[in-house]
Amino acid sequence: MPDPVRPSLAVWKFASCDGCQLTLLDCEDELLPIADRVEIATFHEATSRAVDGPYDVSLVEGSISTPDDAVRIREIRARSRLLVTIGACATAGGIQALRNFADVEEFRRVVYARPEYVRTLATSTPISAHVPVDFELRGCPIDKGQLLEILGAVLAHRAPNLPTDSVCIDCKRRGRVCVTVAHGTPCLGPVTHTGCGAICPGFHRGCYGCFGPAEGANPAGLLPKLETLGMAPPAVERLFQTFTAAAPAFRAAGEAARARGGRP
Amino acid sequence: MTDRTIAVDYVARVEGEGALAVRISGRAVEAVELNIFEPPRFFEAFLRGRDFAEAPDITARICGICPVAYQMSACHALERALGMRVDGPIRDLRRLLYCGEWIESHVLHIYLLHAPDFLGYPDALRLARDHPEAVKRGLRLKQVGNRLMELLGGRAIHPINVRIGGFYRVPSREELFAFRPQLEEALALAEATVRWVADFPFPDDEEEYDFVSLRHPDEYPMNEGEVVSSSGVRLPVDRYEEVFEERQVPYSTALHSVRRGGGAYLVGPLARFALNQDRLSPRARVLAREAGVLGPVRNPYRSIVVRAIEVVLAVEEALRLIDGYRPPDRPFAPPPPLPASAAGAAITEAPRGMLYHRYRLGAGGRIDEAKIVAPTSQNQGRIEEDVRHLVERSLDLDDAALGDRCEKAIRNHDPCISCATHFLRLDVSRRPGP
Repeated sequence: MPDPVRPSLAVWKFASCDGCQLTLLDCEDELLPIADRVEIATFHEATSRAVDGPYDVSLVEGSISTPDDAVRIREIRARSRLLVTIGACATAGGIQALRNFADVEEFRRVVYARPEYVRTLATSTPISAHVPVDFELRGCPIDKGQLLEILGAVLAHRAPNLPTDSVCIDCKRRGRVCVTVAHGTPCLGPVTHTGCGAICPGFHRGCYGCFGPAEGANPAGLLPKLETLGMAPPAVERLFQTFTAAAPAFRAAGEAARARGGRP
Repeated sequence: MTDRTIAVDYVARVEGEGALAVRISGRAVEAVELNIFEPPRFFEAFLRGRDFAEAPDITARICGICPVAYQMSACHALERALGMRVDGPIRDLRRLLYCGEWIESHVLHIYLLHAPDFLGYPDALRLARDHPEAVKRGLRLKQVGNRLMELLGGRAIHPINVRIGGFYRVPSREELFAFRPQLEEALALAEATVRWVADFPFPDDEEEYDFVSLRHPDEYPMNEGEVVSSSGVRLPVDRYEEVFEERQVPYSTALHSVRRGGGAYLVGPLARFALNQDRLSPRARVLAREAGVLGPVRNPYRSIVVRAIEVVLAVEEALRLIDGYRPPDRPFAPPPPLPASAAGAAITEAPRGMLYHRYRLGAGGRIDEAKIVAPTSQNQGRIEEDVRHLVERSLDLDDAALGDRCEKAIRNHDPCISCATHFLRLDVSRRPGP
C-alpha cells in the first residue's frame, strides 16, 4: 500500500548560482511524478506557497558566506529530518571560496563603492562546516541522475547509491579514448570525483575538476604529469583552485603547485 | 494620514533571493525598494589574475539559468581584446547554442514561473493538476531547449564545450540533423504556447519604457549588434559605459544601472521585440500578428506573449542554422600571439536582456580588470518604477492583496537575482541617486 502521507521536501539557497536547484526543474520527465510522491513544502524558486516545516528532506544549495546565513542554516537543520547538500558551493564552498585565500576586505572595496553596505564573512564554507549533513551531491552543477537517485532512495527508505571513484574510472567504463594518452591533453579525471558522466573527455577536453576531489585521491601526485604535458606550475595551481578551491585535497594540490613555482 | 509598509519578505518564482519594501504615506508612495539579499560572490575581484581563457567557464558560474550568455559575452569580449574574429560555422554554432538557452530559459519562465500568476495558482505543479496537458507541453518544450544545449555544450547547466575561438569539439552534420525532429516537434509546441498565453487575462497597464537592446543589420540580435534605444541611442558596444552607468544603493547587494543623466531603462524581451520587429523569423511574425502584439508591447504583463514569440523564433532559427551547417575545418580558431596589454568589451542578448562584459588584459593574457553588467541589474530601477505605478493605482487594496500584485509586477520582468548580485564596478558615481 502506498504511504498515505507524502514526505515533505524543502529546497534552500545560500551563496550560489541557482543551477543546482534548477536541476530539479530540469527533470522534465520526472517533475510531475515527483510532485505526486512528495509534498514540495518550500521551494521559493518554484512556488509562492511555503510551509514552515518540519521537513522530511531539505535540499541545500550554496555556501555559507554571510553572518545571517550561518544562523539560517542552523534553523533549517533543526527543522529537517534529512539534510542533503547539492553542488560544489554547498559541499566545498564553491568558486566564491577563492576569497578564503585573499583579503576579503580588498575584494569588497574592489567590487563595491560603498563596502559598508555589504555584509560578508571572510570565508565561504561548505554547509558541513556548520551543521551535520546526511548526504552530499557533488558537482558544479550536480548531475540530474544523481539527484533522482537520492530522491528515489529517500522515498524508498534505502541508502542512495552514489559512487565515489574517479572520473577516470567512469571514462574508461564508457570506452572513451583517453585525452591524455592519445592527445597529450592535461586532465584531472584521475583525481576528480565521479558523477558528471565524464563529459569533458567526450568533448575532447580534459576534465577540469568541477566535481572536486575523488575520495582517497592524491591530487598533488598528478603535478609532475601535468607539468610533463606542458602546464606551467601557475596554470596547474589555478586548475586546482577554481570551482572547489577550498576542498582540502585540491587546496593541498594548489599549494603544492605553488611551492613548485606557482603563480606570484 | 496613515503610514503603511508593504513588505514582501521573499519574492517567489524568481531566480535568486530578493525582497520588496514599499513605503506609503497617506496616498503618496514614498519608496519602492527591491532588496536583493543574495550574498555577494565577488566575481570581478577574483577574476583578476586568472588567465583570459578561464573567463568563459568562471563567469558561467554567475548564473545557472543563463550560463551560455556569460560564456558568449566573455568569449566575444576577449576575442575583441585579442583582435580575433570568429565567423562561419563556428559563429552559427554559437547562435544555435544560444537558441537552446533562450528556449530553455524562456519556457522555464513562461510555464513554471509566470503562467501560474494569470491562472490563479501558487505554482506550476498545482497548475498541472487542472491543466496537465499545458504543463506537459511546457516541460517537453523546455526539454528540447536543454537537449540542444547538451548536444552542443555537453550539459545544459554550465556547458563544458565553449572556449575562446569556438568549441572543443564540433558536431558532425549527421549529429545535428538527427536533432531536427525534436525541433520540428518543438516548433508546434512553441506555436501552441503563443496561442495559450495570448488568451490569458491581462491587467490594463501601459508603461513608458526606454527600451534598450542590440540591433544587428540582418538578424534578430543574439551575439552581435549595436546598442540602440527607443529614445534614439545608437552606439557601438565598446562605448556602452559612456551612456550607461551603475550606482550602488544601500538596501541591495546588486547595483542599479541608469542612463547617465537620465533614468531607468528596460532590457530584455520587450525591448528586443520593440526594437527588432523587422528581424522576426517568418513563423514568429505570423504568430505575433495572430496574438495581436505586432508593434511595441508596453504592457509588462504581456511580456509572457513576447517571450513565447521569441521561443518560436529561437526554434525556427535553430532549424535554419542546422539546415545550413557545414562543419568547420577546425573546432576553434587559435588565439593570436598575446599582446603586452589589451582591452575589449562585448554585449550579447541573454534571455533577460543585454549582458555586458569588459576585460583588461596584462602580460601573458592575465586578466587585470573585469567588469560585468547583468540584465537584471539594468532592469532593477525600471522594475521599481513599474511597482510604484502599480501601488499608486492600487492604494485601496489591503496589504496582502497589494503585496501579491507587487510580486506579480516584479515577475513580469523575469528578474534573475543570482545574476544581479555580482555586477559591480570600481568607480561608481557618488552623485545622489535619482
